[in-house]
Amino acid sequence: MQMYDLPDPRGHFGPYGGVFVAETLSHALEELREAYERSRRDPAFMAEFHHELKHYVGRPSPVYHAKRWSQLLGGAQIYLKREDLNHTGAHKINNTIGQALLARRMGKKRVIAETGAGMHGVASATVAARFGMQCVVYMGSEDVKRQAQNVYRMKLLGAVVVPVESGSKTLKDALNEAMRDWVTNVEDTYYIIGTVAGPHPYPMMVRDFQSVIGEECRVQMPEMIGRQPDAVIACVGGGSNAMGIFYPYIKDEQVRLIGVEAAGEGLASGRHAASLSAGTPGVLHGNRTYLLQDANGQITETHSVSAGLDYPGVGPEHAWLKDTRRAEYVSITDEEALRGFSDLCRLEGIIPALESAHAVAYAAKLAPSLPKDQALLVNLSGRGDKDMQTVADRMGIQL
Amino acid sequence: MSRIAGRFAELKAAGRKALVPFLTAGDPLPASTVPLLHAMVEAGSDILEIGVPFSDPMADGPAIQRSSERALKNGVGLADVLKMVSQFRQQDAKTPVVLMGYANPIEAMGVGKFVAAAKSAGVDGVIVVDYPPEECGPFADLCGRAHIDCIFLLAPTSTDARIREVARAGTGYLYYVSLKGVTGVKSADVAEIAAQLPRLRAASDLPIGVGFGIKDAESARAIARVADAVIIGTRIVQEIESAGPAEAPARVKALLAPIRAALDQPPAKAA
Repeated sequence: MQMYDLPDPRGHFGPYGGVFVAETLSHALEELREAYERSRRDPAFMAEFHHELKHYVGRPSPVYHAKRWSQLLGGAQIYLKREDLNHTGAHKINNTIGQALLARRMGKKRVIAETGAGMHGVASATVAARFGMQCVVYMGSEDVKRQAQNVYRMKLLGAVVVPVESGSKTLKDALNEAMRDWVTNVEDTYYIIGTVAGPHPYPMMVRDFQSVIGEECRVQMPEMIGRQPDAVIACVGGGSNAMGIFYPYIKDEQVRLIGVEAAGEGLASGRHAASLSAGTPGVLHGNRTYLLQDANGQITETHSVSAGLDYPGVGPEHAWLKDTRRAEYVSITDEEALRGFSDLCRLEGIIPALESAHAVAYAAKLAPSLPKDQALLVNLSGRGDKDMQTVADRMGIQL
Repeated sequence: MSRIAGRFAELKAAGRKALVPFLTAGDPLPASTVPLLHAMVEAGSDILEIGVPFSDPMADGPAIQRSSERALKNGVGLADVLKMVSQFRQQDAKTPVVLMGYANPIEAMGVGKFVAAAKSAGVDGVIVVDYPPEECGPFADLCGRAHIDCIFLLAPTSTDARIREVARAGTGYLYYVSLKGVTGVKSADVAEIAAQLPRLRAASDLPIGVGFGIKDAESARAIARVADAVIIGTRIVQEIESAGPAEAPARVKALLAPIRAALDQPPAKAA
């Protein structure tokens, strides 16, 4: 892959991506495209973005060699990109900082966001507080129940959390509702999408803001081991942490890119969220991508132990990377993810988010089959504090 | 001439405006839809818009979302909707039928297969909410070859350049969404709409239908002064929801009759 300059000017990654929205949003997206194009070329904007990342988020995040765990697995060496150490506890803040700065440039005083597990909601509420903006977060009512702590965090940060009762009452419905809010309040409102999905320019813009993760790794890995890793592994729900770490490596063809989807109770069970592994192309939430859908084109309900991966679509760039085979996509079940979660807790003293535990679990599967001088770089996209209740419930423990 | 163009030509000749009701297919029951469509025609409707249920109706407000959920619970998909249109056509060969919905059910069926099936069922036009002109070239070409009109939306936020682009791609009529927002939440502001329509007229000779926010005879009549067609969706879907399957056809007729009468009333003489 000598050249990679996707998306095209209308947001297409091959047949994927694009702007599949009602006319009512066309103008708002055009404005956003223009504002983002101007800002990304403006050194003052990028300087401000990186200043915030350094002083407010705490970047760069370190790369950590998980020696004990690697030794025990007896194969390739595993390195963890510690996005869990960011302010608010996950990679999500990289993107919300970028978009909040953009919203401010566009003169928008109100931001809205959708959230599943609540991490993007918290990251949005955080930057809204930081920049003095009004913030409304849409969250499926099922997720509101599952993630009560994050709901409270958002409220503490001054956001209004709106439970969404329509459809399956989860992340996809929260996204629908946020879109409806945006259509209605388009003049004063900026919609912060939390992942590399949605209509153009979101998949590109979120990827660009998140690619700070991979850019840092490109510097850090040679410092640590004298070269780039042999493989980069990240979990994929919508796919923002994965695009963030993959993107700067796309041109290095010798570096394997491995996305790990949520297999839930197993792909055969039908209760999973593995859109790339088990889905088919279609149109949802403003872009064409792989979707979990039935024969009538209705979006099906998904399942994963990790709310952040519980989404029936995936970013269109991942769809393209899959079709072109530049990236490989695999899946990890709830059970395997929980095992990876426990291993990392006990062997390395790091409590990963259940989302990230999927990437961790796949690394543990892959490492023993590879020689000891190989290096696997895993994006530890978030920390697991938010998941205490879920994990305790699964283990039959009352907190 | 397509059935839609023919209908607008007749109306124009008679100095009348089109009444265009909407319902969601399969709501409240699959068997309700065809009788409801006939009831709408009996109440003086000119063109029928039939909503294809979708799991994620992003551009719709709560009432139409609920109707979509009820239809999906009844297992109604795009193929069933096409069967309903065929069934309707057995008794009504004249009234134009437009399908309105989202892209994914069409893509799941296959664009070519859909256009062929829609043609043979007797569909005259399609409104695919999340297919703007720039994303549906091949689909629009297929529809054009099958003489199915591709009807596009325009909004208060559409720029003049955008209006020209959409007007070039559209056939049948232009659907002007009179409000910012989703279906059925606010009321239409007639003065604002009247101020916007000349921008559309300047770009296109197509008839203009206005929808979103029209709830009763009074608002319909006011809109009809400036538009060629009055599109009523949410209000009807609400009526169907509250009436239940048995009463729905009669209640919808009772809702539409005074609107039809108001549209046909001669304009009040200027004082």
